[in-house]
Amino acid sequence: MALDKNGIAKRIAQEVQDGFYVNLGIGIPTLVANYVRDDIEVEFQSENGVLGMGPFPFEGEEDADIINAGKQTITTMPGASFFDSATSFSMIRGKHVDLTILGAMEVAENGDIANWKIPGKMVKGMGGAMDLVASAENIIVAMMHTNKHGESKILKKCSLPLTGVGCVTKVVTNLAVLEVKDNAFYLLERAPGVSVEEIQNATEGNLIVNRQIPEMDI
Amino acid sequence: MINKKVENVQEALKGVKSGMTLMLGGFGLCGIPENAISELVRLNVKEVTCISNNAGVDDFGLGLLLQGKQIKKMISSYVGENDEFERQMLSGELEVELTPQGTLAEKCRAAQAGFPAFYTPAGYGTEVAEGKETREFDGKMYVLEPAFKADFAFVKAWKGDAAGNLIFKGTSRNFNPNMCGAATVTVAEVEELVEVGELDPNNVHIPGIFVQRIFQGKNYEKRIEQRTVRQKQ
Repeated sequence: MALDKNGIAKRIAQEVQDGFYVNLGIGIPTLVANYVRDDIEVEFQSENGVLGMGPFPFEGEEDADIINAGKQTITTMPGASFFDSATSFSMIRGKHVDLTILGAMEVAENGDIANWKIPGKMVKGMGGAMDLVASAENIIVAMMHTNKHGESKILKKCSLPLTGVGCVTKVVTNLAVLEVKDNAFYLLERAPGVSVEEIQNATEGNLIVNRQIPEMDI
Repeated sequence: MINKKVENVQEALKGVKSGMTLMLGGFGLCGIPENAISELVRLNVKEVTCISNNAGVDDFGLGLLLQGKQIKKMISSYVGENDEFERQMLSGELEVELTPQGTLAEKCRAAQAGFPAFYTPAGYGTEVAEGKETREFDGKMYVLEPAFKADFAFVKAWKGDAAGNLIFKGTSRNFNPNMCGAATVTVAEVEELVEVGELDPNNVHIPGIFVQRIFQGKNYEKRIEQRTVRQKQ
């Protein structure tokens, strides 16, 4: 069966390793924090200026001066720090953040990503996404494999305006885990109960299946 | 001690005119210069260009200036929470220049630090880089981005003193320190204006040299955009 958003987040959480600094985008990526193993040390960075982000505050303890990049009230963990926006993007651009997890509207087999603009619709802006994808070496995209009309979002070439070029290394969808390299999507794992054929049918880009494909262990 | 203290917001905004380029600190509604924005509404300056990460919401923050059709152009990274903004943008009344958030911060910092421009990888290969100079360093492509030029920077800090020294709180820091000294005149409003000597020099975030005017702010609403909480077990 195809995964729901929490399932995607749960699978991505397995990619988070001990000692990682991690930036989580808005949407499915935010859910990843809920599923990271509790026997490892990880610090979450939010690009508005906090490292060591904690859970939402208890009711009555919200502080208007402590929010995340989604403008939600948050708390901080012991050892947390606050900083200005230029410093925050020094962490990102300077490759000090180990893992970036973000959502996408489309990804292409050459690693291009589109996630900020749909022509003809109100454009809200790219926020920090262009800085994140241009700099990070370890980018995992969390997304649905197809759009609501069943059309593939795992493409040969992005049709929407790009956020970054040749930058995506891994994609986790409701159907599959894909590695992006050598102008192709390498199928690594399939969602429980989802067949390789279903994934092939839902993938427009060059999909390489070069071994027995295990089910995700979630 | 060089005294930067002014008595009130009216004095602090002296010299602000229609057509100017203004920087405003804040991320969403967090850390915005609420007093300066109210005064800009009262002065009713028009045709201003605003450099600010976001554009407020309909009835707060920079949304108040949009209501009065005071803004000619917005330079921001994300503008999603404002219906009047959308209306003015789609009708062509409002010019919008979307800039990657890290580039926006660095364009402020470059102006503060005396760099005319810098190379960044952000936006390479996208429409943000169209018409801009690009260059390869160590096999990777970068886009040349110029520093901002602005007439006034309005920032909000937690504590400050008459020397202009500033300390920020939590994530309300955001773009505020990067905008200090990045415009011809930097105006800081603070929640608490303390006596000179009270701030520990070790803990000052922005030295007073980057600030021309400072005043004690009033009536901070500090509105929360997304109140998210968890229940006690």
